[in-house]
Amino acid sequence: MKQFIELFKPKTKSQTTTMFAWALIAPAALVMFWIVLWPLYETFRLSFTNSNLGTLMGGADFVGWENYEKAIGGRKFPAIVTRTFYWMFLSVSFKMILGLIGATLLASNIRGRGIMRALVMPPWIVPIAIGCFGWVWLYNGHFGLLSNFVEMVGITDGPFSFLAYKQSAFYSAVVTDVWIGTPMVTLFFLAAMQGVPKDLYEAAYVDGASRWYRFRRITLPQIMPTIVSMALLSAIWTFNSFEIIWILTEGGPRGATTTLIIDTFKTAIFSYKFGAGATRAVLVVLILGVFSVIYLTVLGRLTKKYNYGGVQK
Amino acid sequence: MMDKYSLLHKIGIYASLALFILFMLLPFVEMFVASLRPIDHLFSRPKLEVGETMGFVDFMSRFWSDKMSFQAYRDMWVTVPQLPRYIFNSVFIASAVTLLSMCFIVPAAYAYARFNFRGKTTSLTLFLAVNMFSGAVLLIPLYKLLRSYGLLNTYWAMIIPGVAFLIPTGIWLLKSFLEKIPYELEEAAFVDGASRLYTLRRVILPLAVPGLIVVGVAMFIGAYAQQFLFAITFNQNRDYMPLPAGIFEFIGYQTVLWNEMMAASLVGVLPVLLIFLFMQKHLISGLTSGAVKE
Repeated sequence: MKQFIELFKPKTKSQTTTMFAWALIAPAALVMFWIVLWPLYETFRLSFTNSNLGTLMGGADFVGWENYEKAIGGRKFPAIVTRTFYWMFLSVSFKMILGLIGATLLASNIRGRGIMRALVMPPWIVPIAIGCFGWVWLYNGHFGLLSNFVEMVGITDGPFSFLAYKQSAFYSAVVTDVWIGTPMVTLFFLAAMQGVPKDLYEAAYVDGASRWYRFRRITLPQIMPTIVSMALLSAIWTFNSFEIIWILTEGGPRGATTTLIIDTFKTAIFSYKFGAGATRAVLVVLILGVFSVIYLTVLGRLTKKYNYGGVQK
Repeated sequence: MMDKYSLLHKIGIYASLALFILFMLLPFVEMFVASLRPIDHLFSRPKLEVGETMGFVDFMSRFWSDKMSFQAYRDMWVTVPQLPRYIFNSVFIASAVTLLSMCFIVPAAYAYARFNFRGKTTSLTLFLAVNMFSGAVLLIPLYKLLRSYGLLNTYWAMIIPGVAFLIPTGIWLLKSFLEKIPYELEEAAFVDGASRLYTLRRVILPLAVPGLIVVGVAMFIGAYAQQFLFAITFNQNRDYMPLPAGIFEFIGYQTVLWNEMMAASLVGVLPVLLIFLFMQKHLISGLTSGAVKE
């Protein structure tokens, strides 16, 4: 035992530092092991069993790859995966575009921009669930604002239930997701824009560059690193987005808004098929992991080729 | 010169901003209007003659009724007697999550901000990788874990996962604050013979108070916002339900009392909105400081 303790005694100054640093990190790291890492391993293990309500606490049988075969071979699986990526792609694109537009507007030198910056934030500050309750009412078929509006403008002949039809429910969910995600993207783009050195703009201005040209050739390349990281972060969160869809449609109508994460929740929590649910959870993690790696590799290549953001360092 | 806009330009900027803000605030405005309308007005459609289509005036009539009042803000406490309890639970859970998570965040952020040590980058990356996992992916084992400790249907069932999923972001935010505190101060303390822990407690923490407040507020807002998934899966007990989960039950009623539901929602978000209003400037600059530096 004494030798064991001896082994961990610091011998140099840098070792002392390392040990002190790790002692400070240990509590947080332990929580992560307990609440994230261990459950992650458990999910992985459960995905190979037929665990259900009766066998949750033990006694489930090992079934090998059966859950995976059933999940991936399932009739609906390809549609769900395609839908999830389409959902992610659509929502993230709109968040990025709206975020860029919003940040550019808010960065302009006009009166009242302080107040306007604050007014853009509420969708992010307010609990997601509560914002969604507002949207459920907005989308209401007979009495909702949007239904009344499209009827007035003449797009539809009568009341229109946005959440009742497959197509409209899906795009309605996208709109709500964009609404919730845009403020944060806007804020980070705005901060990045304010970090761009002023003299770059001045030099370009003196050379007679137009506003659009300055945006395209200075602002965009300068904030490209922020755009790239926000897009990835946003993609991961949108992929994982649960509350919005669940409150608006619970994955319906007829599965039209069922993404992978909704499918996971439905299988595991609603049908008590814990093994099959865990399989879907593992697939979510795997797909996201592969996606992130591909995204970063492709971007790394592109950066080398076109030297995006190369101006600043 | 460069920042001067022509009149047309100015009008364009203000008009686009107005549209942008309208999109961001529309649901809240409509929630507020709905909360003022009596329920029979809420569930009435503009009176149209046979063959007539809805016009602008008919459309606008939905925003106005002679009987508009704050009645829903009084009635909601009767319809849902547990409402005060829900609001208390929300604030309580968010406060507990904030306090607990800060206990883990502060030392770890200090270590990352101040020391170079083996495994620094790797472990920080691993912390941040936690953001990749949604709570929904880990629900089953978390359910199992909480059940085996007998913590299902208690406040802990919502506090513990809440803390865990906020720690990584908190470390990241606080780290960039601590990095701004000049290192010379610590060296001076070291030279005077202060221990590492003493330096942390007496030199760094007092200087870090503004940063601690900003990160604390961010954690509170985050904790307030995430009270849905864990609440509907790990807790069936009405006495411990946070507001979003409580209001979600409204939707299940046969006729949804939308005016009261909207009133309750708005009252429920008041705590975070007020905090945000007071802290807005510091919060925004604090949250983005990490992004700007890169």
